[in-house]
Amino acid sequence: MSTRERINVFPSRMALTNMKLRLKGAQKGHSLLKKKADALTLRFRTILKKIIETKVLMGEVMKMAGIALAETKFTMGADIHNLVHHHIDKARVKVRSKRDNVAGVVLPIFEHFIDGSDTFDMLGLARGGQNVTKIKDQYLKAIELLVELASLQTSFVTLDEVIKVTNRRVNAIEHVIIPQIERTIAFITTELDEREREEFYRLKKIQEKKKKIRDVQEKVNAARKAAEKFEENKAANLLDDARDEDLVFD
Amino acid sequence: MAIASMKGKLIAVIGDEDTCTGFLVGGIGEINKNRQQNYMVVTKDTPALDIEETFKGFLKRDDIAIILINQNIAEVIRHVIDQHTSPIPSVLEIPSKDAPYDASKDSILRRAKGMFSSEDFR
Repeated sequence: MSTRERINVFPSRMALTNMKLRLKGAQKGHSLLKKKADALTLRFRTILKKIIETKVLMGEVMKMAGIALAETKFTMGADIHNLVHHHIDKARVKVRSKRDNVAGVVLPIFEHFIDGSDTFDMLGLARGGQNVTKIKDQYLKAIELLVELASLQTSFVTLDEVIKVTNRRVNAIEHVIIPQIERTIAFITTELDEREREEFYRLKKIQEKKKKIRDVQEKVNAARKAAEKFEENKAANLLDDARDEDLVFD
Repeated sequence: MAIASMKGKLIAVIGDEDTCTGFLVGGIGEINKNRQQNYMVVTKDTPALDIEETFKGFLKRDDIAIILINQNIAEVIRHVIDQHTSPIPSVLEIPSKDAPYDASKDSILRRAKGMFSSEDFR
């Protein structure tokens, strides 16, 4: 319980300095993470907008492609499905992935490229060649759009995850770590203050005691001085002292 | 991973006959050495389990970057699609010939629901 409320440290000046440093660090980290979250959210929103636009566009392109395919089926007469499905060998359109970086988050970006020769260059040789070219174009366009959409969607999913994590961290620092450190600092300060008061009281007490002792001393001294004065005032009697003190040999 | 991205990855399709044919003519079809196709033609009689198996198989293959799936078929295996959360391969739902695109059913857009207003849909 007490470790949840504050960090378990001995209340000393060094611990106070450490805590102050930690508080500063936490505040800095908080502002940085907040900035990161903001940057990511900004990117996230633009991506979301683009996804919605592209999805709508995709619906149209797919419709056009479907119509073109129906036309081709009609003009070719032959069963285009079988013709196509039996001529598959190697993919001509492939995707390549690049990396984009937003505030330290790696986002994969897909890019399509055409590689190798057209497998279906003989398709529609007898009939409907023009329509076949048309559907090739249409579907290529659709693929282009879908690849773009896929990279947007991938970025979307990745960003979604990262934003959640970042927000969690921001909240943790804001609502748990910083209050904890602040409580610890308050604890150390009160503890140190108390100790200082104690020390002050102790010093006062000592001073008082010393004063008393000094007073007594002074009184004694005064008495002695008075006695001495009395002694001095008495005239010196030469006969009193039989013998001078021997300065050298005694 | 680096080599695979150099060579380029594939686009897989799960769809009805027309959708598949269209994309295959576009040139995305590939049959690899193990005679595995990167597309699947779904008819009315194809059992949901087969679709599920194929979809999972596509997810496991590391040479596939994008999976296109007709939305009406996606509806059949929705639980499998919703389980797939990693960014790659990305699953895209496309409209099919006989079912217009319904944005409200899309897994991704459903996740994004509440983040944009309804007028964005038009």
